Amino acid sequence: MREIHVSAISDAVKKLCMDANWDLGTDMLRAFDRALTTERSPAGKQVLEMLKDNAQMARTQKIPYCQDTGFVVCFVELGQNVHITGGLLTDAINTGVSQGYTEGYLRASIVKSPFDRKNTGDNTPAVIHVDVVPGEHLKIMVMAKGGGCENRSKYKMLTPADGLDGVKDWILECIRTAGPDACPPLIAGVGVGGTFEKAAILSKKALFREIGSSNPDPAVDAIEKDVLERANRLGIGPQGYGGDTTAFAVHIVTYPCHITSLPVAVTIECHAHRHKEVTL
Amino acid sequence: MGLSADRTRPARSPTRVIKASPDGIKDVTTPLSDADVESLKSGDRVRITGTLYTGRDAAHARFLPLMDEDKPLPFDVRGQIIYYTGPSPARPGMVIGSVGPTTGSRMDKYAPKLLALGLKGMMGKGSRSMEVRAALRKYKGVYFGAVGGAGAVLSRYVRKVEIVAYEDLGTEAIRRMEVEGFPAIVVNDCHGNDLYQEGMKAYAR
Repeated sequence: MREIHVSAISDAVKKLCMDANWDLGTDMLRAFDRALTTERSPAGKQVLEMLKDNAQMARTQKIPYCQDTGFVVCFVELGQNVHITGGLLTDAINTGVSQGYTEGYLRASIVKSPFDRKNTGDNTPAVIHVDVVPGEHLKIMVMAKGGGCENRSKYKMLTPADGLDGVKDWILECIRTAGPDACPPLIAGVGVGGTFEKAAILSKKALFREIGSSNPDPAVDAIEKDVLERANRLGIGPQGYGGDTTAFAVHIVTYPCHITSLPVAVTIECHAHRHKEVTL
Repeated sequence: MGLSADRTRPARSPTRVIKASPDGIKDVTTPLSDADVESLKSGDRVRITGTLYTGRDAAHARFLPLMDEDKPLPFDVRGQIIYYTGPSPARPGMVIGSVGPTTGSRMDKYAPKLLALGLKGMMGKGSRSMEVRAALRKYKGVYFGAVGGAGAVLSRYVRKVEIVAYEDLGTEAIRRMEVEGFPAIVVNDCHGNDLYQEGMKAYAR
């Protein structure tokens, strides 16, 4: 049994929150460069150049890449031989979020109740998903999830008769209707299968895969590439000003499902795709 | 300043037409006149210099009962531009933090009433409703798009910031921002055009 004190968890989460908001991943920077070689729209190219500039400025001056510094979505892999000491895991994560957002000059964007809408002041609480896994490690994956694109995420219960074509059409429909509102170029995280809530959680987790990487399942990889190609023929383009770069990636994660069901959840993510992870 | 205090138009030649600079970008200074608005067309790149008032969901929600009861708003909207943004906190010594646009459609419910009161410009990102676009034509207004998610870069163009009202709303308070050369693009003009529809049509394959 390995012991991990809550203070180590808080410290790690604090750093992840700040780094995620300041330091856009190199996979995203490569995606900007790739798009600049194929984008035909002058306005689209200007947007992509500005985003590169923005990433550089955020990293060097420690100003958040986007003023919407997001809802912290946290996926935790907890080794079952780990014993957390000094407090509760969720409290430790939220302490880290509070410290990271306050000390990092990141925006507080969370309201305590959906109805009274009073800001909690430190961007807590996070949305936390914990998986218990074999081993003695604690892996923490943090995403600063923007609200504008999250508002365009969708869910649909398809039927087995809708099949693969139905799934593809639905993902494409989600990207099309997200349009200029969700800050394209977009990334679609897709959860297919499971139940209502399982598909939604998988659609978030799908976003953590490296942009530009292939899906480990060749059959699913082909589906991703086909939908991405069709998405980039929609013409929406960077910021919706028209162009060839509407989406950077479509990431699909599947799970077994009931004989009667074909659930599909699509999390829409903007180009401010901010996530970091650490293993303690 | 209340709306009832002064009904005169902002001082600006009514015949001025905004023309593109040699680099193809139109320089826009606030406040905006009807003639300014009429000379802007969807797809025009602009540099805005002057004043932007920030306001988003919570501030607009507070405007609604005031407008319904014909009471003054916290600032005179005539000729002005409201920028839909909730900036991140400024580091010590900085004017402002990250300051990119938020989605404009969430303010669709309020925009026609503000345009009727003389608001000339709105700046955000994403599509507006048919009602808002009709109001832009009727009252001569313009909807600018700023690049969403480029909040760090956009902070470079902000010279001065002060809170005008609703400080309790934190990031959603109304701020008066003095800007110089703030880059944007005309999405919806007062002639009924929409950059998003035109752009998509031009590049769909």
